[in-house]
Amino acid sequence: MRAALAAHQSGANVAIISKVHPVRSHSNAAQGGINAALTDRGDNWEDHAFDTIKGSDYLGDQDAIEYMCTEAGPELIDLEHMGVIFNRDDEGRLGTRAFGGQQRARTFFVADFTGQAILHVLYEQLMKADVRVYEEWFVLELIVEEGECCGVIALEIATGRVFVIRAKSVILCTGGLGRLFEPSTNALIVTGDGIALAYQVGAPVMDMEMVQYHPTTLKGSGVLITEGARGEGAHLLNKDGERFMERYAPNMMELASRDVVSRSEQTEIDAGRGIDGCVLLDCRHLGEALIAERLSQILEIGMDFAGVDIRKEPIPIQPGMHYIMGGIKTDMDGRTIVPGLYAAGECANVSVHGGNRLGANSLLDTVVFGHRSGNHAADWANGKPYRDLDVDGYVDGKEKEFSDLFTRSTDERWSQIRLDLGRAMDRHMGVYRDEEGMQSLLAMLPGFRERFAQTSLQDKGRVFNTDLIFTLELGFMLDCAESIILGGIERKESRGAHSRTDYPDRDDENWLKHVLVTRTDDGPEVSHLPVTITKWQPEERKY
Amino acid sequence: MQLTVSVRRYNPQDKENPSYWQEYSLDVEETSSVLDSLIKIREEEDGSLALRCSCRSAICGSCAMRINGHAKLACNTKVSDVAEDGGTITVEPAGVMPIIKDLVVDQTLFWDKVRQVSPWLQPEGEEPEAEYLAPNSDMTHLAGVMACIMCGACVSDCTVLEMDPNFIGPAALAKAYRFAADPRDDEDASRLAFLSEYGGVWDCTRCYECVEVCPKGVAPMDRIMALRDKAMEAGYTNNNGARHTDAFEASVSHSGRLNELTLPIKSFGILNLPAQMSMAPVAIRALMRRKIPPIIHKSVPGVKKVRRLVESVKDEQQGD
Repeated sequence: MRAALAAHQSGANVAIISKVHPVRSHSNAAQGGINAALTDRGDNWEDHAFDTIKGSDYLGDQDAIEYMCTEAGPELIDLEHMGVIFNRDDEGRLGTRAFGGQQRARTFFVADFTGQAILHVLYEQLMKADVRVYEEWFVLELIVEEGECCGVIALEIATGRVFVIRAKSVILCTGGLGRLFEPSTNALIVTGDGIALAYQVGAPVMDMEMVQYHPTTLKGSGVLITEGARGEGAHLLNKDGERFMERYAPNMMELASRDVVSRSEQTEIDAGRGIDGCVLLDCRHLGEALIAERLSQILEIGMDFAGVDIRKEPIPIQPGMHYIMGGIKTDMDGRTIVPGLYAAGECANVSVHGGNRLGANSLLDTVVFGHRSGNHAADWANGKPYRDLDVDGYVDGKEKEFSDLFTRSTDERWSQIRLDLGRAMDRHMGVYRDEEGMQSLLAMLPGFRERFAQTSLQDKGRVFNTDLIFTLELGFMLDCAESIILGGIERKESRGAHSRTDYPDRDDENWLKHVLVTRTDDGPEVSHLPVTITKWQPEERKY
Repeated sequence: MQLTVSVRRYNPQDKENPSYWQEYSLDVEETSSVLDSLIKIREEEDGSLALRCSCRSAICGSCAMRINGHAKLACNTKVSDVAEDGGTITVEPAGVMPIIKDLVVDQTLFWDKVRQVSPWLQPEGEEPEAEYLAPNSDMTHLAGVMACIMCGACVSDCTVLEMDPNFIGPAALAKAYRFAADPRDDEDASRLAFLSEYGGVWDCTRCYECVEVCPKGVAPMDRIMALRDKAMEAGYTNNNGARHTDAFEASVSHSGRLNELTLPIKSFGILNLPAQMSMAPVAIRALMRRKIPPIIHKSVPGVKKVRRLVESVKDEQQGD
């Protein structure tokens, strides 16, 4: 939405195509806040940049990080001016809370639903600007002719009809791919559609092996407990009641970066110091008033989804798949290698998060690079003619594929394949990885693809056919899985979230570089790009 | 636990039998949600069942539906809270809005109403270079309204909207309150003027249903009442609702009870003869059933106490 707003303000004729209504998007789930170093608070962008770079385990591109951290302040103020109701300090200025992996409190927040508050305000701005939204339209394929992206083929979910939407430029802002892992904190709609769409037309994806496991998720459902809880002072305890982070990150304790905390938890659990596969998050000492004002949603979630009153007892949590640092490779303007095709947010990798994203840097990434890519996509489009497309040809092609799918009758369904794939991904691409596990996973992929090719639908109608949508999403997820596994096997070191038991150390000599996977006619190809380093040389990472 | 989920199905593509009830028998964990059950049905039993859902944690607002007759989010409704072991849960689509398929409703009406209240911040004058200054107490108060996830549960079960599609409705009015109560917004006057018109804040019947069903504690009706206060304070009193409120208060302060003969006259406005005449059939029906209020309006015994009560409430409000 930030991209659409920017493009609209740059004079382009903009429409948003989204498989859900925009306010249902997964940015809602960003609870804790948005980072910005405001100079009038005595903070400075260099410190923010350094924390981000260190958090990324030096895999983030420093020019992009510098840009994000210098733009953070203006973007934050923009959001406030648009109407976001951030919590304030005693003087009525924007108030901050502490977040993981950062030397000072620079996370601005709206209680514990910052993402929702921002998302809804951006939608208000879209209503004000009267930007057209194709609500509940599902993009099936990007149209690329003569090397340029010039539209999409999309399904109107309510009617089941296929349409071509012509465009002079397309920005993918489709979020992550969490549902590829089971369990995951991510919403059910987060299925890597945009990443796969770009990958299918030959745009490289980068550092896909960098999958973030969040330290505090509920067992089973994977529902997220915000880092804000630890930011407000909650403790992590093992079964003996010990604050075990003392042994792993004596300075930052529970607020070390996410990869470090998740690994520490997993180590405790693997060593038999967990409880039923979990450790405990203890909020009791924070007091009822603070919990009510700042962690109200977590209080609700604890009650509703775990049956635990966080004011009275610690809540069992475990590391759970949360975010993909990797994504479609873009430059700072959001451009992919396909002219006219842009990407921003979690689906993109401009590389500000590198090997591990800091909490509250994801909302920042989306608004900063959404804004910039919106401007650039508008500039690219303005003054260009629409390309003449063989609309009927594209629609008929899709209809033919659908008719095969609708008439096929087998026992294979998307739901079982998705579950099997997700469990396998969690097992072999989780907090700890090794060659054997990843190779076995790679070997399973053709089997999953074979089963996918045999799937049939139980809903044979066209109106709001979610059976069809989930099946199409599974196809996207399989493409994403391919790039994650290949990236993981390729990177023979441990860096950020990519923690290999067979290569336990970071290896700057050989692997201070990005891993790219590109689909070609001869199958996926792996290549490398250097990391951009401006002024922060890699150092040992301690919290 | 054992559970029967009885789902109101609707398939517009089936011309002969578009609407019917379907029962599914399941074995589910006691801690699981109604949404978990529906997902289980969809994934394991019947892929043709259509519903919207996404976050599973009551933040995306997709899965509002009627569970045992009342609008709820399926994701934060535990099965054990709405059924006994071996019992039945009925699941229907949200009300008021037209059904697209099964549990999926068309929310166009919902968003049209939100759009009606010009739902964006409208500050006046030059933007400051930094943030607008605002008291934290105001912002945390607004956060209670901003917590609205636009799920439509309140609209589904609004007893006014059921009868009168012109009503702006609880969600959109709560949204309007969010701006009217925002110290950064300078369009209070035009907002309150618009909201005082037909379809606005005075059309709520205070049935409390929206407060009951809201899964996020937004309490839309309380926001509507707060908007009424704001509108009257701002001088938007030339309407039935505001006059009704004044007449109500005047009558109770004067005699300790309502003068039901003069109340409609004062509410519609003393010169508004057509509106008063429209009440005539009601008056005649009441007369025939001997339900006419006494012609001579007498004060209740102890009316002085009532007056003191009214005064002390007024003093307390001014003290706020």
